Amino acid sequence: MSTTTPPLVDYDDALARFDPVIGIEVHVELGTATKMFDGASTEFGAEPNTQVTPVSLGLPGALPALNGKAVESAIKIGLALNCEIAELCRFARKNYFYPDVPKNFQTSQYDEPIAFDGWIDIELDDGEVVRVEIERAHMEEDAGKNTHVGGATGRIHGAEYSLVDYNRAGIPLVEIVTRPITGVGERAPEVARAYVQTLRDIFRALDVSEARMERGNVRADVNVSLRATPEAPLGTRTETKNVNSFRSVERAVRHEISRQAGVLDAGRTVTQETRHWHEDTGVTTAGRVKSDAEDYRYFPEPDLVPVAPSRAWVEEIRATLPEMPVARRRRLQTEWGYADAEMRDVVNAGAIELIEATVAAGAAPAAARKWWMGELARTAKTEGVELADLPVTPEQIGQLQQLVDAGRVNDKLARQVLSGVLAGEGSPEEVVTARGLEVVSDDGALVAAVDEALAAQPDVVEKIRGGNQGPIGAIIGAVMKATRGQADAGRVREIVLERVQQG
Amino acid sequence: MATQPSSDLTRRTAAQLAEALRAGEVTSVEVTQAHLDRIAAVDGAVHAFLHVCAEEALATAREVDARRAAGEELHPLAGVPIAVKDVVVTKGLPTTAGSKILEGWVPPYDATLVERLRAAGLPILGKTNMDEFAMGSSTEHSAYGNTHNPWDLDRIPGGSGGGSAAALAAYEAPLAIGTDTGGSIRQPGAVTGTVGVKPTYGGVSRYGLIALASSLDQAGPVTRTVLDSALLHEVIGGHDPRDATSLPEDLPGLVAAARAGQGGDLTGVRVGVVDELNGEGYQPGVRARFEESLELLRGAGAEVVHVSCPHFGHALAAYYLILPSEASSNLAKFDGMRFGLRVEPTEGTVTAERVMAATRGQGFGDEVKRRIILGTYALSAGYYDAYYGSAQKVRTLIQQDFAAAFEQADVLVSPTAPTTAFKLGEKLDDPLAMYLNDVATIPANLAGVPGMSLPNGLSDDGLPVGFQILAPARADDRLYRVGAALETLLEREWGGPLLNRAPELATEGTTR
Repeated sequence: MSTTTPPLVDYDDALARFDPVIGIEVHVELGTATKMFDGASTEFGAEPNTQVTPVSLGLPGALPALNGKAVESAIKIGLALNCEIAELCRFARKNYFYPDVPKNFQTSQYDEPIAFDGWIDIELDDGEVVRVEIERAHMEEDAGKNTHVGGATGRIHGAEYSLVDYNRAGIPLVEIVTRPITGVGERAPEVARAYVQTLRDIFRALDVSEARMERGNVRADVNVSLRATPEAPLGTRTETKNVNSFRSVERAVRHEISRQAGVLDAGRTVTQETRHWHEDTGVTTAGRVKSDAEDYRYFPEPDLVPVAPSRAWVEEIRATLPEMPVARRRRLQTEWGYADAEMRDVVNAGAIELIEATVAAGAAPAAARKWWMGELARTAKTEGVELADLPVTPEQIGQLQQLVDAGRVNDKLARQVLSGVLAGEGSPEEVVTARGLEVVSDDGALVAAVDEALAAQPDVVEKIRGGNQGPIGAIIGAVMKATRGQADAGRVREIVLERVQQG
Repeated sequence: MATQPSSDLTRRTAAQLAEALRAGEVTSVEVTQAHLDRIAAVDGAVHAFLHVCAEEALATAREVDARRAAGEELHPLAGVPIAVKDVVVTKGLPTTAGSKILEGWVPPYDATLVERLRAAGLPILGKTNMDEFAMGSSTEHSAYGNTHNPWDLDRIPGGSGGGSAAALAAYEAPLAIGTDTGGSIRQPGAVTGTVGVKPTYGGVSRYGLIALASSLDQAGPVTRTVLDSALLHEVIGGHDPRDATSLPEDLPGLVAAARAGQGGDLTGVRVGVVDELNGEGYQPGVRARFEESLELLRGAGAEVVHVSCPHFGHALAAYYLILPSEASSNLAKFDGMRFGLRVEPTEGTVTAERVMAATRGQGFGDEVKRRIILGTYALSAGYYDAYYGSAQKVRTLIQQDFAAAFEQADVLVSPTAPTTAFKLGEKLDDPLAMYLNDVATIPANLAGVPGMSLPNGLSDDGLPVGFQILAPARADDRLYRVGAALETLLEREWGGPLLNRAPELATEGTTR
């Protein structure tokens, strides 16, 4: 440990003097029904140590048997990331003693990943596209979950005792490793975030994982190093482990750039180490020092046979791949005719699927966007929830817009209908009926209301007859008031003019 | 068999017992009780068993008898009792692998082969002694005391499966399960005058075998006759989806091959003598018996040829890198955290790491520690290529040697072990001398091919000698055909089984 910690350097200042290089390792838990090497369930949230077999407990004599579905998912991910799929690859044992690893080795892939040499284009907020090169995607099993009881930090240091839940042990993971991402300069934090976000979208599109960040389905380790210039060799990197939200990925990279710049400015060298991310304070702290002493004694897993996916199977899987998120986004933008900025807002709001379904339910793309990015976005913000969690379906918004299009409600009424739907009063149609919100288009009722208003203001009639149309607004206002806003203002104007002329 | 079944049930072969049970001449309870009595009478001296489960065995026997009485169709071996090496996991029965680190552990599940034994209705008599985690050639490395060779109680019964072999030689069980990583079925068979078979790698599920070296381990039959081995092999063999290295297909008829071999005719069979597995280092009596057996095979119509396997000379060195490497990883799970022994450090803080260290320090014996240290070293970064990597290359060369040899011969033969049983304690301080016991058996494990040892006479010292037969992978049937033929010819010469010449063991009062 150094005696003092050098001060952080202002981010822009750091970027003025250093070129950041990042690398990201993403672990995704596959959504298979059973574990990587045994028949235990993978369902989330069960009582501790109830989803285990002799295999996932590492009991003497137990042997792994590979989950074919997990291999298929790994191949899907590899193909979606434009990787080569190995014709033959093996698992290896990564040997280390830790109580959450029941066999005291992790069965993983080491130098023979199932997928390698790929790339993925990610789109930043302003529409800039960055290509991230993928070094490899490999399969491995998850460890159990330790809970350290007692002590202030929740870490093992200072704890009174530790509990281990092996339900997670053996859950299939795919780890995706990028090549060093260079040349992105000040945008490094944003690139890191967008990359993880893109992968999350891909996992969901492929239906290989629920990819819920808050459950730890997707976990990112971010590597950061600095160098004086883009021409200089790579600097010493740190690896910040288990950064589990998009925002944290961005913040962690940003923090490490400032921190490492401070270390280098102080004339010190960056220590190659893993670091912990602290969500609350937004800083990283030193973890294990990575040194040559750390030797996992990898060797090919003798309990498993090599994985040799046939080319026919790989092509079969490739043929079933869905459209990837970035391509889909571009297609939809063209179809919907949104401006770049509009589309970006939609993406950031997580509204693509909602708008797509709303359009499918009969709304024009512009109207669908107006609803979700307008009234509904405001409501979600006020309520502090995600758009998708609002108690309204895209189908209902589609129905609502159809009411507007048919002239049965005006904008003001439509908003009232929506609030009724959000309040759980039923479908738009039901709310219209229950609240009596339909536009009054019965001329008889309107003529009576107009006549009443005109009779109450005879001077106005004279002015209109004299060619001054200005006061018509006052009559319309009176009629709207009388009909509690349910009159069609355009029709009221027509009737006013008719009645005045007739009078 | 030509000989009349003995009136003493423990002297009968498994095939004879099966026939008597089928014919209703005896009950499984009688057969099982006879063996339990024999265990009570002689195991104090032999110490083949670590755990005897009389109640469970008799319960199974009663159930089999009831089902037979009810006219149910039963497995041919139903009701014939069996002993199981303590490295095989048995639900509800203590399983220690001969180690203190598993003392008191009662597994919550059955090995696949045990499931198959239970399904076939074989009462399990108990668990047999072995070198700790199957590391050894004398059973002296058991944490629970030596097993004694029934031919001479001052001598070793071989290892690591000395308990299973001694149980058969002492008539404590008509059948037993062994495991063979470098000879642990065949070498004990040779030095106790019994039969042992290491099947083709993948032929018998490893699920539930406490792993020593995953790429070498294989469970197999330990019996007194070749036919009995075939009968047992067919019970435990076959594909198991829980073992990824399990062969997908069933092997051809093993019992049929044994029965065919009993005719004693080997016309047209090419028998290859491996020149590298004979000669220097082999006891004269061992070599003499081997030559005599070759003569018998020639007499039966076999064509005896000589083959060379030039890389076998490196087998022992390669084996003692691959085995410790895999073992160092396989044995990592014994850490006091989830099962078995847990030792807390006597002073200082109690951390997971310190509990692991204290447990392993106290729970493992010296030979186990020696191999874990060797394997940890061999797998270390910077040494991996030189040690583990080179050993794997040697393994490939040995496989190529076998492939070439099997072009010239249908089976390969050699003495099973270079010497007869040595005295207890004689080689305990000389690990290299101990390792040399397996020089002839190890190549088969490295190549995954099947091997058999059957008794082929007594050496000049009056102790039994073993004859090894090796066949190509998946051709286990050839072992049974050639083995049964040789056994028939030998017993014709001897006028009965070799074990008839073993000294009678003193018996203690039975505890019925």
